[in-house]
Amino acid sequence: MFGLEALDLARIQFAFTVSFHIIFPALSIGMASFLAVLEGLWLKTRDSTYRDLYHFWLKVFAVFFGMGVVSGLVMAYEFGTNWSGFVEFAGNVTGPLLTYEVLTAFFIEAGFLGVMLFGWNRVGPGLHFFSTVMVALGTLTSTFWILSSNSWMHTPDGYEIVDGRVIPINWLDVIFSPSFPFRWAHMSIAAYLSVAFLVGASAAWHLLRGNDNPAIRKMFSMAMWMALLVAPIQAMVGDAHGLNTLEHQPTKIAAIEGHWENVPGEPTPLILFGWPDMEREETRFKVEIPVLGSLILKHSFTEQIPALKDFPKEDRPPAYVVFWSFRIMVLMGLLMIATGFWSLYLRWRHHLYENKAFLRAVMFMGPSGLIAVLAGWFTTEVGRQPWVVYGLLRTKDAVSNHGVGQLSLTLISFVVVYFAVFGIGTVYALRIIGKGPHTGEGKQSTAGGPGHDRHTKRPLSATNAGFEQGHTHDDLDRN
Amino acid sequence: MVGIDLTFIWAVIIIFSIMMYVVMDGFDLGIGILFPFVKGSEERGVMMNTVAPIWDGNETWLVLGGAGLYGAFPLAYGVVLPALYLPLIFMLIGLIFRGVAFEFRFKVDVGKEGLWDKSFIVGSVLATFCQGVALGGFIQGIPVVNRQYAGGPLDWLTPFSLFCGLGLIAAYALLGSTWLIMKTEGHIQARMRTLTRPLLLILLLVMGGVSLWTPLSHEAIAQRWFTFPNILWFMPVPILVVVTAVGLLKSIQREEIHSTPFVLTLILIFLGYSGLGISLWPYIIPPSVTIWDAASPPQSQLFLLIGTLFIIPMTLMYTAWGYYVFRGKVRAGEGYH
Repeated sequence: MFGLEALDLARIQFAFTVSFHIIFPALSIGMASFLAVLEGLWLKTRDSTYRDLYHFWLKVFAVFFGMGVVSGLVMAYEFGTNWSGFVEFAGNVTGPLLTYEVLTAFFIEAGFLGVMLFGWNRVGPGLHFFSTVMVALGTLTSTFWILSSNSWMHTPDGYEIVDGRVIPINWLDVIFSPSFPFRWAHMSIAAYLSVAFLVGASAAWHLLRGNDNPAIRKMFSMAMWMALLVAPIQAMVGDAHGLNTLEHQPTKIAAIEGHWENVPGEPTPLILFGWPDMEREETRFKVEIPVLGSLILKHSFTEQIPALKDFPKEDRPPAYVVFWSFRIMVLMGLLMIATGFWSLYLRWRHHLYENKAFLRAVMFMGPSGLIAVLAGWFTTEVGRQPWVVYGLLRTKDAVSNHGVGQLSLTLISFVVVYFAVFGIGTVYALRIIGKGPHTGEGKQSTAGGPGHDRHTKRPLSATNAGFEQGHTHDDLDRN
Repeated sequence: MVGIDLTFIWAVIIIFSIMMYVVMDGFDLGIGILFPFVKGSEERGVMMNTVAPIWDGNETWLVLGGAGLYGAFPLAYGVVLPALYLPLIFMLIGLIFRGVAFEFRFKVDVGKEGLWDKSFIVGSVLATFCQGVALGGFIQGIPVVNRQYAGGPLDWLTPFSLFCGLGLIAAYALLGSTWLIMKTEGHIQARMRTLTRPLLLILLLVMGGVSLWTPLSHEAIAQRWFTFPNILWFMPVPILVVVTAVGLLKSIQREEIHSTPFVLTLILIFLGYSGLGISLWPYIIPPSVTIWDAASPPQSQLFLLIGTLFIIPMTLMYTAWGYYVFRGKVRAGEGYH
């Protein structure tokens, strides 16, 4: 298909399905913690604004969670169908880690999610809050295992190789491989920021249309505090992650920097923009700032960073991808930080909810967190190339032996189905967001609400927007 | 591990997960397969509502089976999945379609369910057919050379595997129809009683076909079944199949019986599954790779087992509770529509 080889198609297919997938877990992770905070504040202050917000965002959370489960099902099988060489080589380590992720998710879904979505009137407030907190912890635990598996692929540790296969010798070293803490923190915070900006943009959209109520103001204010406080923290964590990458994956850093060659005695400049050309082995059209590269990555005025030419050609990642995906991520981060400080200024001037230019800016910043998540993942995953397990197994040796024909067929099917299904799901989530939150949102749900006209254990059915009101029956009452 | 065969324990866990999946997702996929036989929108709503609270809990067993295979038997995961690439991918696509149809059907206005009804039917049939084909491809054997799949992209595509695909459609439809006899009343229940008989006959035909074909084409399997004293041990399986089938035929003719047909169908499916188990054990990639050949090292299996032994009982408890809460008949106008 389009002159692509089987390896390219397998990679495109995986990149496509995993990119689609990561959006929904990122939103679920952030939103679950947001909901736990909202419910905690409601229980503590008894301010009904928090209860209204809880019920409103719970519906959106349910849609995203459902999408995450469905798209995750595909991922659990794709490692085997598309990457049998990887499974054969590393399955003894990555298999158990992935299984633990599934068990964790399984546990949440079987236990606390049903109570969280449908148990508002069925269990006491304390137990309900506990369930919400458990779901939030569960999403972070899922993240823990997935990031652990992924980090091990970047910085493998705690293993030995016997007969060409990895054998785990120390599980603690496997789970807590050198890049893991940075990656886990970076991704979890990214999920929080993605949700903060989604929530902020929703509030800004309502405020711009003249929908003004205490709940909308509250969620806008909370989102902007997140932007102000957490976006700078993310920048610091990102910096620490970068230093860790420099230590363990120098080729990735060299590619991110588009840095080809060190001149003896000169500190490394920072290339702002340019086009890394893999054939010519140079970054063309570059705009650079002297010394800054050394300053950022080595925190030094003289020390050099590794350059791409220090490594053999076949070990270099495609710099033109990571160079730009990294800059997109950083740009999003800087815009988030700027939004945070702008909000602080407006808050101080008491214009936070009225300044049209700011509201519009926040509205456009809505997808910024998710764009940063995707750009960040492209940077780290493409930056690991040509390896799938860094330094141990090349991607070309990991792929299953499929023909171009069947890979093309499945790729096209995935593209069509994903755009149709997840497109409709996203439109649906946006429609819910467009409708609320109303004052008294949580109160309405006592008259029929969660657990009554809806069903347990089915995330998507937590919402009943879009069809008529007044369902007559409660399945549970039959008993 | 001294004295404990972790690999054996893991084989049991995975066999159990797949069994749970087949039984539980079987009847809710069956409802999608039976949709074309019931026309009214309201009645279709009732059918869907009988499984609405539980279907996605059912599907998580499939994820557990897949992930458990990856963790405990990576060789099998890395060989069987690529070998059955196309049927598995289209099974997943069918499941996605059907899963969201479940949700979206209830969100659209009354009278506009057509599109989601269709995607529910197509998704259910596609997922079931692909599962059956994959099962057939698995039974007929997967060539392995040097720990890698050594066949072609369409090796799974044989008359036998297509036969299994159709057979599984009948099996799931039977689970669905008897489930509905238990969970509904009136018109839908009567319709399901009439559908159960032909579905059962088709299923028996398929079970007979598979039971004949497998020993005929595999000498080792014939040996296992038909040598003394094995035959004494295994004979109860086909005999029980016949007894159960006769009981099922009788039970659907009696108006006052509601739950028995479903229970008998479960037994029937369990017997069929056991028959396959007897034929294939201990091969995780028939006909050459055993569970011990494909096992991950003890440190991987033990590490996994700790969490699994904690989670599976919990999950079973919650599942039982969920079924208990939603027990009883589902009527029109109840739930949502």
